[in-house]
Amino acid sequence: MPRPGPRAVSARTAPTPAYRAAVLGRVLLAALGGYAVAALATGLFALVLPMPRSEAVTTATLLSFAVMVAVVVAVFAARSLARAAALVLGLAAPLAGGLWLAGAFAG
Amino acid sequence: MRQGFRHAMAWLHAWSGLVVGWVLFAVFVTGTASFYRAGITQWMRPELVAIEADPGRAADLGAAYLRRQMPDAMGWFIALPTPEKPAISVMWWKSMEGPFHEALLDPATGEPTRARETRGGDFLYRFHYELSMPPTLGRWIVGACTLVMLVALISGIVTHRRIFADFFTFRRGAKSAQRGWLDAHNVAGVLGLPFHLMIAYTGLTLLATLYMPWGVRTAYKGDEIRYFVEAGLMPELRWTAGRPGTLAPLGPIVAAAMARGGEVPEGLSVWNPGDVNAAVVAIFEEPHGLSHHHAQIAFDGQTGAVLGTNGAVGPATGTGTVMAGLHMGHFAGPVLRLLLVLCGLMGAATVATGLVLWAVARAPKGAAPAGFGLLLVRALNLGTIAGLPAGIAAYFLANRLLPVGLSERASFEVGAFFGVWVLVALYAVLRPGPRAWTQALGLVGALYLAVPPVAALTGGLSQPGGALRFLGFDLWMLALGLGFVFAARKAAARAGAPLRRPVRGMTGEEALRA
Repeated sequence: MPRPGPRAVSARTAPTPAYRAAVLGRVLLAALGGYAVAALATGLFALVLPMPRSEAVTTATLLSFAVMVAVVVAVFAARSLARAAALVLGLAAPLAGGLWLAGAFAG
Repeated sequence: MRQGFRHAMAWLHAWSGLVVGWVLFAVFVTGTASFYRAGITQWMRPELVAIEADPGRAADLGAAYLRRQMPDAMGWFIALPTPEKPAISVMWWKSMEGPFHEALLDPATGEPTRARETRGGDFLYRFHYELSMPPTLGRWIVGACTLVMLVALISGIVTHRRIFADFFTFRRGAKSAQRGWLDAHNVAGVLGLPFHLMIAYTGLTLLATLYMPWGVRTAYKGDEIRYFVEAGLMPELRWTAGRPGTLAPLGPIVAAAMARGGEVPEGLSVWNPGDVNAAVVAIFEEPHGLSHHHAQIAFDGQTGAVLGTNGAVGPATGTGTVMAGLHMGHFAGPVLRLLLVLCGLMGAATVATGLVLWAVARAPKGAAPAGFGLLLVRALNLGTIAGLPAGIAAYFLANRLLPVGLSERASFEVGAFFGVWVLVALYAVLRPGPRAWTQALGLVGALYLAVPPVAALTGGLSQPGGALRFLGFDLWMLALGLGFVFAARKAAARAGAPLRRPVRGMTGEEALRA
């Protein structure tokens, strides 16, 4: 999978369909995966941070945008789309597991 | 590896910045104008002059008017007169989904003022985060663009090998236009970087529970009101009982609020005014300092007894209210406010130079025709960077030129804003080329320079408060007008010069790394 960047495509040659697909894949992964990881992290930290309930919610919510930006940058910095997807899954899965353990999905 | 990382970040910076650039430019410009929201509104309603008004009587006049409009409302809001806004401003609504009705009342009579109908600075303020769209849609679009802006900032910082040296680099006599645009983009971007990071992040956190409701969802099962009450952001309120009641006079409640709060409240919200469980909440101005946290006292709407107050906020929520305060800048006096406005203009300049740089760096060599993508970017660049400021100038001019008694007057003002913007954008599409920049920027300059004389000739010389009442506004219009005329002259001088050094063409990514 070509990496987005000037080495994969020069300004004067038309991008190949494979390159375009790879870019689209990263954009979708960054937007949806980034939001999913941030949302899961917010939901989990709001439950488990050792502070009063409202303070935990505020802390988790204020930090959520930094989480999403970090995931987006990591998705575009990864060497391949597959690695980027593995990273997003590797973050989302334990967060979702933690939320399940914390009982967020019960009722 | 390091080199590859930098490549990827340069690519990310160039493309993420381009995709959201036009929206961000509009958000930056209207947001910067919103630092002067009250001043713009005053200028747009010159008929309103400061008068001495009794706050208790103003509250009762507001309630009397609202009782005639919607006795069974879910909520009323009565903003008490201030020297900046010498009128009673009322809102009423049947549901939190809206519509929210508004009126401006004369503090002497309690009837709608005779001031010209206008949305004033509030229009630019709302456009800043809703883009004149349905509120939720507009807020999501602005939020998504703001997040991409943060991504562009981070990748832009990483891209700079020598960010500190670039701080002091501006090759004014540079041989190629591209180098000059790059340096201008770096100066505006790096110099204003702390402001840009702060304003983007705090913009997101202002609407955090809209964008990221998942913490409230898991910890409060989605009960946002309970979260706000526990966090100390609002007092505990009561639900409607479903039985009709009589709202107590508001004058004594205002007096009680003043006794308890130590100052005149900014306004009163009345929940379920026609119900036995009616509640009146006195909202005070935020205390001196950074934090945007209004003290509130809730009263029983039937008896006037105190129901409770919003508590103190904890460290995390306090951090959030300070972030909100930083974004809105209510704490800033005239000098600091000017600095914030200059930072905002620098943000708009960063976006504008970045957009232009993207197009300049991809200009075809020699006689090769520009592709569709490049033509589109060029048209959107001119259409936005000249079109939006032209629209704002037209909005101000329409405020003075439209007849005062015209019905639907406020919509015509907004129509002038969008109409002139669209005309400039169409011109950019129909008449592309270097000359178009000179002409469009010249037009914008002329529109701003026209504002003070037009205001003077349409009653400004004999207005209440004297001809110099809006000197600050006039000076801003002159400064903006001269700035755009200067830019038009620069564009004219550049129109003949080569856009890029022909020997060594750089792509945007290469230019960023250079």
